[in-house]
Amino acid sequence: MSANQDGTNLLEVRGLTKIFGTLTACDHIDLDIARGEIHALLGENGAGKSTLVKMLFGSLEPNSGEIFWNGQAVRISSPGAAKKLGIGMVFQHFSLFEALTAAENIALSLDDGSPISSIAAKARALSYSYGLPLDPESLVGDLSVGERQRIEIIRCLLQTPQLIILDEPTSVLTPQEADKLFETLERLRSEGKSILYISHRLEEVKRICDRATVLRHGKVVGHCNPREETASSLARMMVGNEVQAVVRAPVEGIDKAQPLLEIRNLTRKPATPFSIPLKGISLNVRAGEVIGIAGVAGNGQGEFFESVSGEVLQQDAASVRIRGKDAGGLTITGRRLLGAAFVPEERLGHGAAPRMKLSENLLLSRHATDGKAFVGAGGMVKSAAIYSAAQRIIVAMDVRKSAPDPEAAALSGGNLQKFIVGRELDRRPSVMVVNQPTWGVDAGAAAHIRQALIELSRSGSAVLVISQDLDELFEISDAIAVMHNGELSKPLPIAEATFEKVGLLMGGAEPGHAEHTLETA
Amino acid sequence: MMRLELVKRPQRSALFSALSPFLAFALTIIAGAIMFALLGVNPLTAFRIYFIEPVSQVWQLHELAIKAAPLILIAVGLSVCYKANIWNIGAEGQFILGGIVGSIIPVLFPQFESPLVLPLMLLLGMVGGAAYAAIPALLKTRFGTNEILTSLMLVYVAQLFLDWLVRGPWRDPQGHGFPQTIQFNDSAVLPELMPDAGRANWGFVFALVAAVLVWILMSRMLKGFEVRVLGSSPRAGRFAGFGLNRMVFFAFLLSGALAGLAGISEVSGAIGQLQPVISPGYGFTAIIVAFLGRLNPLGIVAAGLVLALTYLGGEAVQSALGISDKVARVFQGMLLFFVLGCDTLIHYRIRLIGLALTKPESAAKLEAAPKLKEAR
Repeated sequence: MSANQDGTNLLEVRGLTKIFGTLTACDHIDLDIARGEIHALLGENGAGKSTLVKMLFGSLEPNSGEIFWNGQAVRISSPGAAKKLGIGMVFQHFSLFEALTAAENIALSLDDGSPISSIAAKARALSYSYGLPLDPESLVGDLSVGERQRIEIIRCLLQTPQLIILDEPTSVLTPQEADKLFETLERLRSEGKSILYISHRLEEVKRICDRATVLRHGKVVGHCNPREETASSLARMMVGNEVQAVVRAPVEGIDKAQPLLEIRNLTRKPATPFSIPLKGISLNVRAGEVIGIAGVAGNGQGEFFESVSGEVLQQDAASVRIRGKDAGGLTITGRRLLGAAFVPEERLGHGAAPRMKLSENLLLSRHATDGKAFVGAGGMVKSAAIYSAAQRIIVAMDVRKSAPDPEAAALSGGNLQKFIVGRELDRRPSVMVVNQPTWGVDAGAAAHIRQALIELSRSGSAVLVISQDLDELFEISDAIAVMHNGELSKPLPIAEATFEKVGLLMGGAEPGHAEHTLETA
Repeated sequence: MMRLELVKRPQRSALFSALSPFLAFALTIIAGAIMFALLGVNPLTAFRIYFIEPVSQVWQLHELAIKAAPLILIAVGLSVCYKANIWNIGAEGQFILGGIVGSIIPVLFPQFESPLVLPLMLLLGMVGGAAYAAIPALLKTRFGTNEILTSLMLVYVAQLFLDWLVRGPWRDPQGHGFPQTIQFNDSAVLPELMPDAGRANWGFVFALVAAVLVWILMSRMLKGFEVRVLGSSPRAGRFAGFGLNRMVFFAFLLSGALAGLAGISEVSGAIGQLQPVISPGYGFTAIIVAFLGRLNPLGIVAAGLVLALTYLGGEAVQSALGISDKVARVFQGMLLFFVLGCDTLIHYRIRLIGLALTKPESAAKLEAAPKLKEAR
C-alpha cells in the first residue's frame, strides 16, 4: 500500500470524455485526488457527475482520455477491475436483499467463497472500529435506511479500498446520522484513504471536504477549496448564475380557512413484510397553506401517499376527506374528480409511463378530470387537444426537450418532473399532494417547482408536500410535520421549527415528547 | 468455463425493430434450406413447392384466405392481451368452445331455418369463447393463479370435451358411427365470398374488419391507451386510475370472443359440421402470428397470411416430395424462435464472461449473481 508514496496523486484523470449519441456527458474532464483527502464533486443534475463516477468505477467505458492510478495508466473495464485496483463505491440507491441478513448481503458481493461466519466477524469488527455499529445477523428488512447505508459502507471497506466513492450519501440520513457519517469519513481520511464525495449539499461539502471539483454541462468549471468559498459562491459555480430565491409570503388568518384535505386517524396494516404500517395519522391542510412532511425515507411516506391518493383504498371512508367529502372509499379517479391532484415520488413508471409520449402522459392523470376536453364521443382520444395542452404545460414550466413530443424516458429527470408537476398545476387543483417534488432536480428547476407550489397555495389551494429535503421544506412550508415509523407528529408552525427539532423528530423522538420540549423551550 | 449474460442496450434501434420480422423470416429461410438439404431435397425445389406453388392460382389464394382468417382473428385478440402484459395461451380452447357453443342451434335445432340462424350462431360462438376465456381471468383476479398455466390447461379440457360431444350426445345418428355431428343445414353455413372463384368465406372479411377495429381501439381510443399503460407500466396505470383486474377481464373476454368467432366461422364455413378435431393448432399458431405482426393488428394481417402459407406449403411438400407435413410446424417454430431472438438482441446484447478456472467455488455463486444484477 505504501510502496508508492512519492509525490504522485492516488488518482489522476486527464481529458476523460464520454459521448452518448449527440450528448457529450463528460467533456475532457481533469481531476486529481491526493492521498488522504476528501474531494468533493459538485454539479447540478445532468452535469456529468454520475457519468464520470461510472467511468471511474468501470461501469462505463470512456470514449477518450486517461486514468492514472498511483501514477500508472490504467484501464478500468469493469467494477471488478475497479475493486481490484482499490476503488470502492457506495451507491445512492442501495442494492440489498431485504430478506437476507447484513452478513449474507456482504457475502454475496464479496464473491470469494469465504464462510459467512468469518465475514460476519470481520464486518462486526470493522463496523465498531469505524463507529458504525452494525449487527451482521440482523435482517436488512428490519434496518433503518441509515443502517442499510452502513452495510454498504462496510461492504465497501471490507475490500480495503484506497479510494472510496460516495454518491449523495446524506440524502437518506437525518442530520444526526449525517454527523456520525462525517466522523467516520474523517477517520478514514486520517488513515490515509481518499474519498470522492458527491453531493449537492453545499454546507456539508464546506464542512468536510478539502478540495472540490465543480462540473457544469459535462465540463470542469473550476477546482476550489470549499472552506474558502461561501455556499452561494459554490452554487454560482455549479449553476453558472444566481439561483432565484423562492419567495414565500406569510399567510394571515390561516386558522379560520377551510380545511380542504382532512386526514383523520388514518391507519393501514403493512401490505408486505417490509412495508411500514400507518398508525393513526391525523392532519388538516387548509386552503392557502403549504404543509410539509419531513422524515427519513422508508418511514411510511410511500404508504401514506398511496393511501391519500387513493391508489390504496381505506376501510373507513372518513379517514380521508377532500373538500369536505368522505373520500376514503374513492379510487384515485374519484379523488381527482373532487379536485385533488397527486405527484408521486417515482417519476418513471409511476408518475409517467416511460415509453409513452408527453402528450400521452398528460392523458395518464387527466383522462377523467378533463374527460370532455381530451376524450370525445365513443372513447376516442382527441390527440390534437392533448398535444396542444401538453405544449402549453411545456411552455409554462420551461420543460427542455429534444423533440416536440418526446417519450417521457427521453427527458432528464428534472425536466420530466417539471412536466409532471406542471401537468397537475395546469388543472388548478384545490388539493395538491406531492411526494418528493424536487428529488434529483437541478437547482434552477427546483426553485421553479417550489415557487409554483407556493403560488398554488396562495391562490386558495391546499398543498401537502412530502420531502426528505429539509432545506426545501423550510423554504416552502407554513408548517412542518414529521413522519417516523408510520406515525406523524403534530405540524410545527414554521416560525417555531428548527433543524434541530425536526431532526430529533426524524430520529424517532416521541412526537408527544417533542411537543413538550417545544413548549418548554 | 464461459457464461453468457444479456446486457440491456441503452438505446434500441428503431430501424432494427421494424426490420426484425423480416430478419426473422430471412433466417427461417436459411435454416429451412439447411433442413431441406439434410433431408436430401434440393432447397430451391423445396422452396418453390413450399412457398410459391401454393399461391400461384386464384383458387389457391382462396385456400390461403381460409387458413389465414382464423389466424388473424385470434391473433388480433391476443395482441390486445399481450400488449396489456396478460398471457392468454389458451386461444385454441376458446376457439373450440366458440365452435361448440356456436353449433348449438344447427346441431340441436336442425329444423330451425331462418336468416337469423347465422348471426345467432356467430354471437353464440363469441359468447362461448369469451365465457371460456373468463375462467382463467377469474382465477387470476380472484386467486392470483398464473394465467399462462390455466389458459393452456383449459385447451386440453376443451379438446376432450369436443371429442366426447361428437362421439357421444351430439353424434349424428345416421352417421354410420363416425364421430361427427350432422351436416349443418344451409342457413347455418357461412356463405362463400365468390363461389365461382374459390372456397373463401366471410370469415376472412370478419378477420379484416376485426383487425381494423382493434387497430382503432388500440391507437385512437382511451381503452387502448389503458391497455398500453397497464401493459408497459402497471404502477403508472394504477396511478392513472385504471384497474388491473378489469383489464384482465377485458383482455380475456375480447380475445376469447374473437377466438370463439374464429371457431364458429371455421366450423360453419370451412367444415360444415363438428368433428373431433376442428383446428390444426390455429390457437397456438396465432401466438406466432401476433408476435410476427409486432402485436399491431395491421401487421398481424400480413403475418397471418405468411403463417397460413406455411400450412399450405406443408401440405404441398408432403404430396409433392413425400416429406412429412410436420415440416410446417418446424417452419412455424423457427419463425417464432427467430422473431423472439431478433427482438431480444435488439433490446439486449450478449456478453461472454470468462470464469477463472482457479476459482471453482465461484461457479456455485453463479445463480445468485444475475439476481443481484437485476436488483441493481
